[in-house]
Amino acid sequence: MTGDATVWTEGLAKSYGGRPVLDRVDLAVERGEVLALLGPNGAGKTTTVRILATLVPPDAGRATVAGWDVVRDAARVRTAISLTGQSAAVDEMLTAEENLLMIGRLRHLPAAEARRRAGELLDRLDLAADARRRVKTYSGGLRRKVDLAMSLVGRPEVLFLDEPTTGLDPRSRQAVWDLVRGLVDDGVTILLTTQYLEEADRLADRIAVLDGGRVLATGTGDELKRGIGDEQVELVLADPADVPRAAGLLGAVRGDRAARTVRVATDGSAAYVREVLDRLEVAGVEVATLSLHRPTLDDVFLALTGAGGSTAAGREPAGAAR
Amino acid sequence: MSALTATEAVSDSLTMIRRSLRHTVRNPDTLLMAVVLPVLLMLLFVYVFGGAIETGTDYVNYVVPGIILLCTGYGAAATAVDVAGDMTEGIIDRFRSLPILGSAVLTGHVVASVARNAFSTALVVGVAWLCGFRPTAGPAEWAAVGGMLLLFMLAMSWLSVALGLLARSVEAASGFTFFVLFLPYLSSAFVPTGTMPAVLRAVADHQPVTPIIETLRGLLLGTPVGSSGWLAVAWCGGLLAISVALSSALFRRRTSR
Repeated sequence: MTGDATVWTEGLAKSYGGRPVLDRVDLAVERGEVLALLGPNGAGKTTTVRILATLVPPDAGRATVAGWDVVRDAARVRTAISLTGQSAAVDEMLTAEENLLMIGRLRHLPAAEARRRAGELLDRLDLAADARRRVKTYSGGLRRKVDLAMSLVGRPEVLFLDEPTTGLDPRSRQAVWDLVRGLVDDGVTILLTTQYLEEADRLADRIAVLDGGRVLATGTGDELKRGIGDEQVELVLADPADVPRAAGLLGAVRGDRAARTVRVATDGSAAYVREVLDRLEVAGVEVATLSLHRPTLDDVFLALTGAGGSTAAGREPAGAAR
Repeated sequence: MSALTATEAVSDSLTMIRRSLRHTVRNPDTLLMAVVLPVLLMLLFVYVFGGAIETGTDYVNYVVPGIILLCTGYGAAATAVDVAGDMTEGIIDRFRSLPILGSAVLTGHVVASVARNAFSTALVVGVAWLCGFRPTAGPAEWAAVGGMLLLFMLAMSWLSVALGLLARSVEAASGFTFFVLFLPYLSSAFVPTGTMPAVLRAVADHQPVTPIIETLRGLLLGTPVGSSGWLAVAWCGGLLAISVALSSALFRRRTSR
């Protein structure tokens, strides 16, 4: 049974040279949904996408896209999907317009329709001004836009985006995000992979955390965050030697001596924070600064993968006070 | 099953041919190889080496088939590099995730390669004519020359596709083709094999380039062709069949990982 999911996998497994890359991956992406596969390098994200895009067969397990089996009905799957892979899949010797027209022809669109579609996409992605330059001369951000435009020529039902913003500057990343959101409004089902927690949080309806070829958790960003508790207060102590004592005293979630920080779960209320500070004062521990944190996907990710440490980047304090 | 219709398959191949031809026209290296090299080689052999080589006929008449084969070798080498480039970049994944004829991309490269070679060949013949090339061939012989060359170009182009698929990088692909480019020198293309040492002569007389050269020369100048004709066709046909089979096997292997 394949369920009603537009993208569906069960027990997907793949090894390369005896090394397992995917180890029984189960996924389901509903029609019109955006699912982010979140994981570090080597987690198996790209392999999953390549199997779903009919580029490689799985060693075991099954996968269907738009109701078709990716192995037995590969040709049918290909009519329903588009893939924007990690390395920009554009023809550098051609112009953006020629690239789009080429894909239009390969999608077997009538010539007039291919031309109309190319013009429409060039406008929509703000590429019209550069349409007649060879892609070779493009910046990374422009190139990625052409790549995405090529994926949209055939109006795919399902879009696979493999690390769509890797290597892009912040502005280009924002442009890609806006575009993906626009596609969601069109009802396209999207499976995207990313190493950026922020990206998954912003774009995806649900997130599947992948590590070592296994899905560690699946849920909305909020669901995943809820799993590790509510708000936290992070205290920066004046003296690193106090860290262990303060951590013990407060039943801290995390203590980091090098960073002089202690993290404590709170209910987010001012009274609770005051109590924490009072207890430390009584114990003679001097607090330099403090900040409130909502758990980010970083925390979720670190908690799930057991990567430990507290140095992950991208935490945004929800509020800060001295 | 949504198998491709014949029309779609032809359309896919035409699209890929158009793509590869655009690549040829836009790549300065390829263009240089296809245009400047034939002219340069022609002038070099006729005016620099030609005076010192005794062939019993005007050297320009003698050397034209050799130059054509040499240029075809260079033209085909560019194909290996193009194919290797496609295989190492993301574009092949895009093509493969489209509902198209998988081999169309290779067909595109081969047709562009043959077109490039045909252009170079016409150029060689034109320059040779200006240098005093006066073949005795009539329409039937010219048609046979055309057929022989087409078969040779197809064989070389598919061989290059196979080499391009075998190579793990663009650099390796261009390295592979060196051997192919070397073959014409070890044949009767530029000097009669009679002057070579016995061992070398044995090699030269029995490698594929010599019968092809002798066949072309015979058709163009009216010298005896003998068994060279069938040998040439057999070599080219065999090479073509093996290269096509090898290419499809390699393409399948490269694209199933």
